[in-house]
Amino acid sequence: MLPCRVKLRDLQEPMSRRSLSEPDGRVAGAALALRGLAKQYAGASVVDALDLDVAAGEFLTLLGPSGSGKTTTLMMIAGFTPPSAGDVVLNGRSVTALAPERRNIGVVFQNYALFPHMTVQENVAFPLKMRNVAKPEIARKVTAALHLVQLDGLGARLPRQLSGGQQQRVALARALVFEPDLLLMDEPLGALDKNLRSHMQFELRRMHATLGVTILYVTHDQEEALAMSDRIALMNGGRIAQLGSAEDLYERPHSRFVAEFIGETNVIEGAVAEPGVFAAGGVRLALPDRAARAGAALLVVRPEKLALCSPADAPAGFAGTVRGLVYVGDCTRYRVEVAGGLLLTVQTPNRRDGRRAALGETVGIALDPADARLLPG
Amino acid sequence: MPRPRVWRSAEGLLTLPALLFYLGVYLYPLARIVGWSLYDRGPTLKFYRAMASDPSLLHALGNTLSISLLSTALCLLLGYPLAYLIATAAPAAGRVLMLLVLVPFWTSILVRSFAWIVILGNHGLVNRALLAAGLIARPVRLLFNMTGVQTGMVHVLLPFMVLPLVAAMRRIDPNVLRIARSLGAVPRRAFLHVFLPLSLPGIAAGGALVFLLAVGFYVTPALLGGPGQITLATMIDMEITNFLDWGMAAMLGVVLMAVAGVLFAAFGALLGPRLVTGAE
Repeated sequence: MLPCRVKLRDLQEPMSRRSLSEPDGRVAGAALALRGLAKQYAGASVVDALDLDVAAGEFLTLLGPSGSGKTTTLMMIAGFTPPSAGDVVLNGRSVTALAPERRNIGVVFQNYALFPHMTVQENVAFPLKMRNVAKPEIARKVTAALHLVQLDGLGARLPRQLSGGQQQRVALARALVFEPDLLLMDEPLGALDKNLRSHMQFELRRMHATLGVTILYVTHDQEEALAMSDRIALMNGGRIAQLGSAEDLYERPHSRFVAEFIGETNVIEGAVAEPGVFAAGGVRLALPDRAARAGAALLVVRPEKLALCSPADAPAGFAGTVRGLVYVGDCTRYRVEVAGGLLLTVQTPNRRDGRRAALGETVGIALDPADARLLPG
Repeated sequence: MPRPRVWRSAEGLLTLPALLFYLGVYLYPLARIVGWSLYDRGPTLKFYRAMASDPSLLHALGNTLSISLLSTALCLLLGYPLAYLIATAAPAAGRVLMLLVLVPFWTSILVRSFAWIVILGNHGLVNRALLAAGLIARPVRLLFNMTGVQTGMVHVLLPFMVLPLVAAMRRIDPNVLRIARSLGAVPRRAFLHVFLPLSLPGIAAGGALVFLLAVGFYVTPALLGGPGQITLATMIDMEITNFLDWGMAAMLGVVLMAVAGVLFAAFGALLGPRLVTGAE
């Protein structure tokens, strides 16, 4: 962690002097809007009438399990895949009918997709060459772009002479050098090892902040999505399950899918039997929201919102036996079997004054009802 | 890390049968042929002097090279779009197209060459159709000239061009082509700047294969060509069957091999660096 921070500070300095296009180095990003965007393959719906607005300069992540339609959405925005229905609108102008080369969108793929027969310099110069930019201008912009991604001096190398992380930077420089209205990234860090990935996450954030380009980022890695995005659109089955900030999705999931996909969670299936009380098996919990509708319901609560306490202090039914225990360094995870055979995960920070329990011990689980979310069952 | 020395390990012994086979079946006969070309009751260069002074032999060498180069060029011209179609088609359609390319392999070259005589002769299918349609007044000569030779040879050699081309094109990452478009390349420029250079290894492999096979081709030029298409292979046959002159025949074989080798080295030196970068 520490070397990463040191590196980041080093990066701050040249950044302020760098200029890619405008004097202050900002690339004006465009607003993107998807209107009823849909894709069917052989009758099966892969993307289902998607509506999404990405603000100019926003970093929005499409997060979802594989097969949720996020990559297909990206391919339709880039113009590689024609949509079955709907519209892609860039800066208020529909680009649905435009060929990819006329959309002015930068794309970065997981496998980099560098031109293997061209040097780094030629790769980065390619979009400018295609736009018939004058040679001195190309040289200047390529140098600036390589500086931006910290590959100064590597312009003469061939892609296969670079490491994976360096290749990714070339792909990024190539996608940014022509000042695109929008940058699409499909699992761009997926092929990098863990340390390099977290370093690149910081750098992407930094570049986004300085360039102001609109970024649509596709990943299946929730940690990456939480760490980087202004907003996250969590996709499932070709639809957006929930759109919001990282905190929205983590703290206030709208559905069981969202609660279970993002982070770890306890889902208790039960019902609201009387006003303001959730009951499941032997578990009973008074809810702060007395207006909760009667009927089947799910109680969703994150493991770290639970704590161990003495059985006497626990809410009704929230006492049981420790069945499992995992020490993970900064915290310990307990699997506690409570009334009705229900298994709950409790995560407690490993502090000296913290309460601990042994396998087989009877413990209570402390829970502030405000930390739990009630979802319709 | 240094590579382990295969020939010192026990596993290296496993390559022994293949090595012996190669020595006995390829290298030994080749050495004998080179030996014959330099020996006539004592070491001599007289066969090579004959080559240099005999215009008909030089002419045959020129014919061989021009026929081979033209066949290679025609195969590339016809094979490239075909390979592109196969490589970019849906898998099922690609398999069917590939099968069609391979069908000619199932018939012998001799049969196919005779079939061309039936089709291209003065009273053959093509001429009769053109006469009947009123497009020509007299039969066009399609046989026993360059047209006949090239028709027959391209027919035989086309798969050898298409197969390496398809293999090379299928290795091209589709994302690379998508990226080229998104970076602003219209389809024509994406092809010229990205697809074509990346398919160069296939062009080189196919071109080399077709050219080498064409240089040694005997049946088709002999059957479908005329006096203007006498090749070195025909001359070799003549030296042996008519004159029983093994020394001359051996010399012609060595010359053919040497010329092909030199052309090859030049070709490699010209395309080498780009090819190395194209192949991962």
